[in-house]
Amino acid sequence: MSILIDNASRVLVQGITGREGAFHTGRMLASGTNVVAGVTPGHTGETVDGVPVFDSVHEAVAHIRADVAVIFVPAPRARDALFEAADAGIKLIICITEGIPVRDMAEVMAHLPRREARLIGPNCPGLITPARCSAGIMPSEIFMPGAAGVVSRSGTLTYEVVHELTQAGIGQSTAVGMGGDAVHGIGFIECLTLFEADRETEGVALIGEIGGDDEERAAQFIHDHMTKPVVAYVAGHSAPPGRRMGHAGAIVEGTSGTAATKAAALEAAGIPVAASPSELARLLGEAIKRRRTT
Amino acid sequence: MDLLEHQGKQLFAEAGLPVLPSVVARTPQEARRAAGQLGPRVCVKAQTKTGGRGKAGGIRVCGTAVEVEAAAADILAMTIHGHPVEALLVERAVDIARELYLAITVSREVRGPMLIFAREGGVDIEELAKRAPDAIVRRPIDPLLGLLEYQVRDVVDAAAFGPDDPGGTGAGKALAEAARSLWRLYRDRDCTLAEVNPLVLTTGGEVICLDSKVTVDENAFYRHPDVVPPPPEDDREAKARAAGLAFVPLDGDIGVIGNGAGLVMSTIDQIAGAGGRAADFCDIGGGARSEVAQAALEALFAGPPVAAVLVNIFGGITRCEDVARGLVEAIKAARVDAPVVVRLDGNAAEEGHAVLEAAALPNVTLALDPDEAVRLVVDIARKRAAAPAAETAVVAPPDGAEA
Repeated sequence: MSILIDNASRVLVQGITGREGAFHTGRMLASGTNVVAGVTPGHTGETVDGVPVFDSVHEAVAHIRADVAVIFVPAPRARDALFEAADAGIKLIICITEGIPVRDMAEVMAHLPRREARLIGPNCPGLITPARCSAGIMPSEIFMPGAAGVVSRSGTLTYEVVHELTQAGIGQSTAVGMGGDAVHGIGFIECLTLFEADRETEGVALIGEIGGDDEERAAQFIHDHMTKPVVAYVAGHSAPPGRRMGHAGAIVEGTSGTAATKAAALEAAGIPVAASPSELARLLGEAIKRRRTT
Repeated sequence: MDLLEHQGKQLFAEAGLPVLPSVVARTPQEARRAAGQLGPRVCVKAQTKTGGRGKAGGIRVCGTAVEVEAAAADILAMTIHGHPVEALLVERAVDIARELYLAITVSREVRGPMLIFAREGGVDIEELAKRAPDAIVRRPIDPLLGLLEYQVRDVVDAAAFGPDDPGGTGAGKALAEAARSLWRLYRDRDCTLAEVNPLVLTTGGEVICLDSKVTVDENAFYRHPDVVPPPPEDDREAKARAAGLAFVPLDGDIGVIGNGAGLVMSTIDQIAGAGGRAADFCDIGGGARSEVAQAALEALFAGPPVAAVLVNIFGGITRCEDVARGLVEAIKAARVDAPVVVRLDGNAAEEGHAVLEAAALPNVTLALDPDEAVRLVVDIARKRAAAPAAETAVVAPPDGAEA
């Protein structure tokens, strides 16, 4: 078991002939992912690392069944690519593209429920179920299969925590990078719900950052609904208000969205909050061990 | 990007929102001339990106040309919350019967635009939300359907214009039209905030946007070539932005460079936790190559001297070896003599260590893990801060580097 993707997942890559798309298709294949098709308008009949390329998602799925789309299309055309994937019946869409306008993402988020499609991202590293499926750009080399669920708003912090976990002998069930934009698809609560129901996952590391109130709402949800241990880390305690800290969604507005209020909300809900990424890995290891012995 | 009041009002006027006649002035003389065209009574308003200018004395109503010139001179000499006032908006004054609040902003919770209206304007909306939450009307707008007529009616109903208010039924119609126009502006101009606070009903029964606060989505600039972002005030930020890096100037003395927004924020937090203070936030991004690492270091040294630098890289896609090469180049080329602590882990970390060791730069220290890196850099910075001023970092730019 795992969440969202496993070795049965059939992955289609939109923007497969671009620099990023082609590079990461090779990496996904190398990590054992079943990449079945690619799409770039005007490139039908070509192949990328042996993967057949089609002009449209509709054309691709008419020939080859696919259930996951990974999008590398440049920002000005990403909105259309997202609509296309959903309208062609893809139920899990991962959008890696960075810099998509908020208006475009709001329109996409209004449309996806009509097609019952789920979105991860945009501006995210995607997700990985180690040794079985990598849908995105996470470095599969640092992962190993196991019992820790990871859900995060930050790519490199995820890698940092996973690296520590792996070195400590704690493998991962699935790691999800939600992305750093203000308007995005899957959130903490959806991922936590899936991890709670997943038999393989024994504990979850939640990695948050400044901006919005996703962490506060997650804290309430964990308190009310999670039986598995959750540990957390929040980045951005020293961020000045009103400045975008790299991610479009990482901004303290007025007095809301600060790291301190998020950490306090998590602690108030009984969730251990780490002071550093390495401490987070240690806390999760301890929590999983405790759960196994009780 | 936040627009100044007069830039926002330009967009308001284009979208058909009611604004008063006004002129931008940069000298007291220009302000006086503007008042001559608009007067006799005008409002002189500081144009700054920060809020709270009214409380700071940046807005004055004047009745004569002499008063305008004096007020303009005073306000142009002000610095409001660290921002010097460089321009004024001279605007015809009106008599206000009622102040309202109208805005559209992006709601993370509904993942789309949200219309916000309050029958009390001219106040801090967040403060009003705490004091009288029922006074605020919120309506999520479906971006594919647009602002719906029933939502417009909800706003007019909430305004509760009565027989004592000037303007009669015309006021309600004008408010409805203002809401529709604001939505068009928000959508067509890729705003993430379009706020009118206050939206006023004048004693003459007119509905007028007295202030504007507009934020345009930076990711959508390519659709609005006429919206020109102002250059960053900070040299380091300007240099970094030109190289395509995310950079936020901070006021400490430890330079920070890392890959990934979360990792850099986390590094800055840990420096603070260890008793140090970061000089910047600099994210060289995923898949960073050697030129990018070099550009980051150069941007950092375009600013005030730092006591030490921490380069914190976790290579996922990024090859640590490439980052190491860029660092060596930059440190040699810029003749950086400030101590640099480097932590490389993940993809090609060993090759990266080899590059740094082979270069044998005397001011570079390798750290084995992020916790050690933070301890080292804070320790070095503290010792240098305690040393006599003559020994603090001096960075000589390379010959002809500014070309």
